[in-house]
Amino acid sequence: MKIHKYDTVIVGAGGAGMRAAIESTKRSRTAVLTKLYPTRSHTGAAQGGMAAALANVEEDNWEWHTFDTVKGGDYLVDQDAAEILAKEAIDAVLDLEKMGLPFNRTPDGTIDQRRFGGHSRNHGEAPVRRSCYAADRTGHMILQTLYQNCVKEGVEFFNEFYVLDQLLVEVDGVKTSAGVVAYELATGEIHIFQAKAVIYASGGTGKFFKVTSNAHTLTGDGQAAVYRRGLPLEDMEFFQFHPTGIWRMGILLTEGARGEGGILRNKDGERFMEKYAPVMKDLASRDVVSRSIYTEIREGRGCGPEGDHVYLDLTHLPPEQLDAKLPDITEFARTYLGIEPYTDPIPIQPTAHYAMGGIPTNVEGEVLADNTTVVPGLYAAGEVACVSVHGANRLGTNSLLDINVFGRRAGIAAAEYSATVGHVDLPEDPAALVVGQIERLRASTGNERVADIRRELQECMDANVMVFRTEQTIKTAVEKIGELRERYLNVSVQDKGKRFNTDLLEAVELGNLLDLAEVMAVSALARKESRGGHYREDYPNRDDVNFMRHTMAYREVGDDGTESIRLDYKPVVQTRYQPMERKY
Amino acid sequence: MATPTLDKADAAGTPEPGFADSPYITATFRIRRFNPEVSGEAVWEDFQLEIDPKERVLDALHKIKWDHDGSLTFRRSCAHGICGSDAMRINGKNRLACKTLIKDINPAKPITVEPIKGLTVLKDLVVDMEPFFQAYRDVMPFLITKETNEPTRERLQSAEDRERFDDTTKCILCAACTSSCPVFWNDGQYFGPAAIVNAHRFIFDSRDDAGEQRLEILNDKDGVWRCRTTFNCTDACPRGIEVTKAIQEVKRALITRRY
Repeated sequence: MKIHKYDTVIVGAGGAGMRAAIESTKRSRTAVLTKLYPTRSHTGAAQGGMAAALANVEEDNWEWHTFDTVKGGDYLVDQDAAEILAKEAIDAVLDLEKMGLPFNRTPDGTIDQRRFGGHSRNHGEAPVRRSCYAADRTGHMILQTLYQNCVKEGVEFFNEFYVLDQLLVEVDGVKTSAGVVAYELATGEIHIFQAKAVIYASGGTGKFFKVTSNAHTLTGDGQAAVYRRGLPLEDMEFFQFHPTGIWRMGILLTEGARGEGGILRNKDGERFMEKYAPVMKDLASRDVVSRSIYTEIREGRGCGPEGDHVYLDLTHLPPEQLDAKLPDITEFARTYLGIEPYTDPIPIQPTAHYAMGGIPTNVEGEVLADNTTVVPGLYAAGEVACVSVHGANRLGTNSLLDINVFGRRAGIAAAEYSATVGHVDLPEDPAALVVGQIERLRASTGNERVADIRRELQECMDANVMVFRTEQTIKTAVEKIGELRERYLNVSVQDKGKRFNTDLLEAVELGNLLDLAEVMAVSALARKESRGGHYREDYPNRDDVNFMRHTMAYREVGDDGTESIRLDYKPVVQTRYQPMERKY
Repeated sequence: MATPTLDKADAAGTPEPGFADSPYITATFRIRRFNPEVSGEAVWEDFQLEIDPKERVLDALHKIKWDHDGSLTFRRSCAHGICGSDAMRINGKNRLACKTLIKDINPAKPITVEPIKGLTVLKDLVVDMEPFFQAYRDVMPFLITKETNEPTRERLQSAEDRERFDDTTKCILCAACTSSCPVFWNDGQYFGPAAIVNAHRFIFDSRDDAGEQRLEILNDKDGVWRCRTTFNCTDACPRGIEVTKAIQEVKRALITRRY
């Protein structure tokens, strides 16, 4: 076991982690731990753009952007945070440009902008061009640019170091972060990173669904690490299903395709979004479009022999425009479906895409231990966190924005904090939990296999807690997840070695997915209303009287060792905007 | 093949339901295995799978790992050609396992899967990427400007100037190009195509002021002049970057000092 001592430790090296690292490295001795290599992070898969009211191509302002974000989130957004997001968006984009990001340009040489779902002129009048983009590889460019600047700043990376545990100690009766425990994939060695400040930026948890745009590695590691130590998770029932995933595979096809003029069609060739969203049509918010697609499918207007998908039609767009603006996604269609998007529509279905919920933080990125108390030294940013700027449904292009605005804020806040305090003493035997977990998995002779349990979990989640939910389906999920958690205790791995044991790694990841799936289902069961990405067929309306509040889920362990989930609620911060009926 | 083939042919489970006419075929994956915890020798091992040929090689590797042999080790993440984790040598050619469909690589014959060449193998298909990233860092892969005052708004760049380096911005640092280069195999000191591609991305960016410095770095004995224009790198690039052309443009810039 090795012990390292840093001022600031960042867990995860995607957009939020590296944006934080650029700030934190300038101000404090920083280590960045990632279970991948930085450039493998899933920020790189984001396509369509990053929202900011630059007003380069038409009139726009941050207040309109704030409103769209609040409305897009079905009023569960904390409005103070959304205002910061929209205001700081402009500098966040300009900062990236100064770091070298190669945005597409207008004829004047300024950053070009395009339309995106839910972003509108003057509070919903018409779509507005707010998304700053680099073809359909904006996330790739952000990830590369941030990595380039990390190289420039000399950021210290620990690649293929998998963080498994958050160390918390009581200081004057207050739960305080002391550091993290990591597993080095190359050697199987355990490392303790003692740090004054820890920032989680480890991304999402989409891999508990089967059809998902998420990478295999998005297994909610950060959320699980803090949750197991008794810290809450906020709004986990809210998960976004992106309307246009490649049929059956789930690979993302950017909303930018519709921003460029692409149209969704059912088996009759009908542009069905006109029925559901007369103004914004195909550019309504994602939850609305995904539900509309499934409504078409359920009512028998889906495409293909099994009627289980619809089409994304780009055939009316000039090939030059597709080549210039959407080169990657058109190539995906050719590679994975053998379809030529110039001439044929692309079969798509909604795909599990983004966790709106996560580790609760305030606008400085400080993690909350309950509705109000900050955990000293603990920060989170990006998809792992819940600020909450996305509320019940995130707008497209607001996630690349989120990682830059709140990654930067968390990086500064953490480094400034670590400059003012000393290290907290490590708890006794800091690696105990992780060593126990690893040894148990390595030694287990149980007859359950990781792949079987994961498959069943993913199928259960797709079937029961996806776009449409009812009390019955959610209860089925809760029951099934409970059974899988029991079976997980009997899981064993075939690879017993220490070197690059990805068999063991996948077993640990599955444990995280199971914990978080249960939190999601239990949170969803209690929310007896429909709001944003959480749609209950048995409660089809939004209920502001009873549910205009954030869910806070805590893991509780009884005296006899039994685990349970306790739900509490946190008020939503409302400033300018009163909840209204949401129409697009 | 220099080493013996372990035959561990093992029929996989029944095809998944849901596909109309059964598209499944039987394919053999011949995988280069190496685990120094077990043996200092690398061996070939065969796995036979019932698989839909429209699936990716990565799907086949997952089937093997998840249903047959959990110790099979490889890197992967996004599974659609964006993250650059799973470059490997498939049927003797560098490709991303997640962008290679089984039907496109003649599954009638055994499909060979090996680690990329020229980098130390750590376990099975996992290689030491550090020398690769060191070469990348050595070309100063970040925008360097001489302005004393940063502009308050974005720097302006014409669409034409932006287009000049568009191709080389697509690089995902997967190492497929560098590890397909015969010069790199023979001499690991050579920067390799990927590092040159990333230098190109800045040399030809109108906003950058450090082109001269980067050109001097690449003028080194281990720099661009080692390139023998075999086009392996261009063939290998899963992003379709014209790697050889980029290297030629850097060479030309070194001669003319215009870029």
